[in-house]
Amino acid sequence: MFVTAAYAQSTTPEGEAHDPAAAGEVHTETGVAPEGEHGTGVFPPFDSSHFASQVLWLAITFGLFYLLMSKVIIPRIGGILETRHDRIAQDLDEASRLKGEADAAIASYEQELASARAKGHSIADTAREAAKAKATADRTAVEGDLAKKIAAAETRIADIKSKALADVGAIAEETATAVVKQLIGGTVTKAEIAAAVKASAGN
Amino acid sequence: MSNDPTHQFLVNKIVPIEIGGIDFSFTNASLFMVATVGAAAGFLYLTTSERGLIPTRMQSVSEMSYEFIASMLREGAGSHGMKFFPMVFSLFMFILTANLLGMFPYFFTVTSQIIVTFALAVFVIGTVILYGFYKHGLSFLKLFVPHGVPGALLPLVVAIEVISFLSRPISLSVRLFANMLAGHITLKVFAGFVASLSAFGALGIGGAVLPLLMTVALTGLEFLVAFLQAYVFAVLTCMYLNDAVHPGSH
Repeated sequence: MFVTAAYAQSTTPEGEAHDPAAAGEVHTETGVAPEGEHGTGVFPPFDSSHFASQVLWLAITFGLFYLLMSKVIIPRIGGILETRHDRIAQDLDEASRLKGEADAAIASYEQELASARAKGHSIADTAREAAKAKATADRTAVEGDLAKKIAAAETRIADIKSKALADVGAIAEETATAVVKQLIGGTVTKAEIAAAVKASAGN
Repeated sequence: MSNDPTHQFLVNKIVPIEIGGIDFSFTNASLFMVATVGAAAGFLYLTTSERGLIPTRMQSVSEMSYEFIASMLREGAGSHGMKFFPMVFSLFMFILTANLLGMFPYFFTVTSQIIVTFALAVFVIGTVILYGFYKHGLSFLKLFVPHGVPGALLPLVVAIEVISFLSRPISLSVRLFANMLAGHITLKVFAGFVASLSAFGALGIGGAVLPLLMTVALTGLEFLVAFLQAYVFAVLTCMYLNDAVHPGSH
C-alpha cells in the first residue's frame, strides 16, 4: 500500500486502478477481473496503468546500462583480450626468432664442421702428394744412379771383350804355328798362318 | 494472497512520481531494473578490474560472455555487424541478469512484464529499421523481395515477408515474457501445492513430496530457461541486425 491517500485523491478516478496490491488481494488465480473494481483485476503483466512507468524506468536503466557497457566494460574487456592476444603473438614471435637463431647456430656449426673436415682432407692429400713426389724423386735418382753404373759396367765389359777378342787372333796364330811345326816339321810363313786363321775365324 | 501465483507479478509503487498526468512512479519493477543494472555492471566491472593477463575464474566469466556474444554476432551478422556489439551485449547481459535475479524468492522478475520485453523488442526492431534505411536507403526494402521467386508468386511472398517482419517484435517479446511468466507461475503453483498439502497432516506431508520434487526440478529448469531465453533473444537480435546490415542477402 504505497499509494498515499493524498496521491490517490490527486489522480483521476482510475487512480484506484494503480493500486495493484489491492488488486492482488481480491482477484483469483484465474486472473478474472473481480466485480466492481474499475478493472483493477487485470492480469498484472497486462495492467496498462504502470506501462508508462515501466517503459520510462527501463529506458533510464537500460540506457545507463548501455552507456556503461559501451564506454567502460566493453573497451576494458576488449583491451584485456587484445593485450593477451598481443602478448601471445609476441611470445610466439620471440619463440620463432629464438628457433631461427638456434637453426642458424646449427647451420654455422655444420658448416664449420664441414670446412674443418675439408681442411683435414686437403692436409692429408698434400702430405700424401708430397710423400709420393719425394718417393718418385728418390726412385728416379736411384734409377739414374743404377743406370749410370750399369752403363759404366757395360763399357768395361765391352772393353774387356774387345781386348780379349783382339788377343784371340794372335793366340790362334801362335798355336797354329806351333801345331804346324810339330805336325809337319816345316815352317809356314806368318802370312799364310794369319790368312788361314782369318779364314777359319771368318767361318 | 500468498498463494496467488500472479501476486509476484504485481507492480507496486515505491516512490510515486507523476509527470504531466502520466504515472512515472518508481516501482518495484523499477527497483529491480536498477538492481539488474547494478548487478550486471558491478559484476563485469569488479571482475575485470585487475585486468589480469591470466584471468581469475570470475574474470574469465566476464571474458567468456564477451567472447560468446562477439562470436554470436560475428556469425549472425558478419564483421559489419560488430558495430552493434555494445547493443547485443547489453541486451544479453541485461536480460540474463534480470532473469537470474528473478529466480530469487520474493524478487521481482523484470522480464515477466510484457511491456518490458516489448520495449526491448521494439528497440531491436527499431534499430534494424532505422539503420537499414539509413545505410541502404530504399534498397533496404529488398529485404521483403527474396531472390529467385517467380513473378506470379511475388506479391504473395512479399506480403508474407512483410507480415513475418512485422510479427518479429511480437514474437520476440512474447517469447521471453511468456517463458518467464509461465515458468514462475508453474513454480509458484507447485510450491503452493507443497504448502497446502502439508496442511493436511501426515498423509498430506507424504503427498507433498511429489510437488516438492517437481519444484526442485522446475527450479533447475528455470535456471536453464533464464539463460536460454537471454541467449535466444540475443541470437534473434543478431539475425535481425543481419537483415539491416545485409538486406536482400537471404
